[in-house]
Amino acid sequence: METQADISREIAELRGRGGPQPQLDYPPYRSSVLRHPTKDLVLADPEGVELWAPCFSSRDVAADEADLTIQRAGEPLGERMVVTGRVLDGQGNPVRHQLVEIWQANASGRYWHQRDQHPAPLDPNFVGAGRCLTDENGTYRFQTIKPGPYPWRNHLNAWRPAHIHFSLFGTDFTQRLVTQMYFPNDPLFDLDPIYQSITDPKAREALLASYDHELTTPEYSLGYRWDIVLTGTHRTPLEDQQ
Amino acid sequence: MTYAPGQTVGPFFHLGLPYAGDNELVPPGRPDAVRLHGRVLDGQGNGVPDAVIEIWQADPSGAVPRVGGSIKRDGWTFTGWGRAQTDPDGHYWFSTLEPPSFFAVTVFARGLLDRLFTRAYLPAEQLDAFLGGLPPERRDTLITTREQRGLRFDIRLQGEGETVFLTFPGQAT
Repeated sequence: METQADISREIAELRGRGGPQPQLDYPPYRSSVLRHPTKDLVLADPEGVELWAPCFSSRDVAADEADLTIQRAGEPLGERMVVTGRVLDGQGNPVRHQLVEIWQANASGRYWHQRDQHPAPLDPNFVGAGRCLTDENGTYRFQTIKPGPYPWRNHLNAWRPAHIHFSLFGTDFTQRLVTQMYFPNDPLFDLDPIYQSITDPKAREALLASYDHELTTPEYSLGYRWDIVLTGTHRTPLEDQQ
Repeated sequence: MTYAPGQTVGPFFHLGLPYAGDNELVPPGRPDAVRLHGRVLDGQGNGVPDAVIEIWQADPSGAVPRVGGSIKRDGWTFTGWGRAQTDPDGHYWFSTLEPPSFFAVTVFARGLLDRLFTRAYLPAEQLDAFLGGLPPERRDTLITTREQRGLRFDIRLQGEGETVFLTFPGQAT
């Protein structure tokens, strides 16, 4: 199995080679080798249903699904935190009343998932999945605990920086995004082929939350802010009125 | 503006994405229900057992649904959106209604660093402008095969018969 030094060398060779999106063909992430398209993406003008995004409503998402610390009988272990921010489209408009889904490891870096065999403890009081709808201003907010970093088997001694998976919708289909939110100053960033698959450093920064003391609750929970800008919409104002 | 880049769904998406009834836009067995199904295949032709497919579609009249209820389905309202995970063979299925033209499809998987967009067209005598502009061998990757109870749509991520994946104006790569 390759070492971190081997993978780091590959990462260094590819640094700055791509654009602001992750490179789909990115060999340092070994699982991508047989799973990336080899032909260019084909440019299409969005048509019909692609000009719209699916709708979700309060019928779909209960208010308490945004609090990952109250899903079980007791309090989860770890560092309580809030993560909140706005979902915006490429024109800077808020994405209102839209679904945000998250999933994450527990404070020890273990997922509530059969395939996670990391010998860190499961927390019987923390499942690690939540949902909410953005409000009138495009704001989402989750109460959770800070996930831990965890090992994986991409190469020898591979560790993922702590992250929360986010699934997002915009106002049209073409804005669909699944990504990962990271925490500032993680020492694992330079070593991680998933994060480094975005070879443009400025684009990588768009996945970093910032610590915000204004969001911290005295004697209860730390606060992080992360705003998410989706790509532009393709609908015209006229179509919006339909 | 710096758009948020995508990242892979990873191996643990089952924790956050699937939910009961996610792939049943209409209850299976309803007289007008069709099964849209297929396999997600990697560059060696092996099934991808950890992929998520989402569809978004018009109703049979061509109208775009503008109602919630895709997560808590009531069994009566057609919301036009669904999500399916692949099984150990890389197979996925939806129970849905036929749109007039195509299903908009999004593909996610462990090992796939960003989502892919594609379209699953209904077989038709006349090609629409987009399909008509593609070379025939590539065009066929976007056209479903009609079966007795539905439509088949395999998704090949890489290699021979690689599915046409889409980008839209203004999207960086």
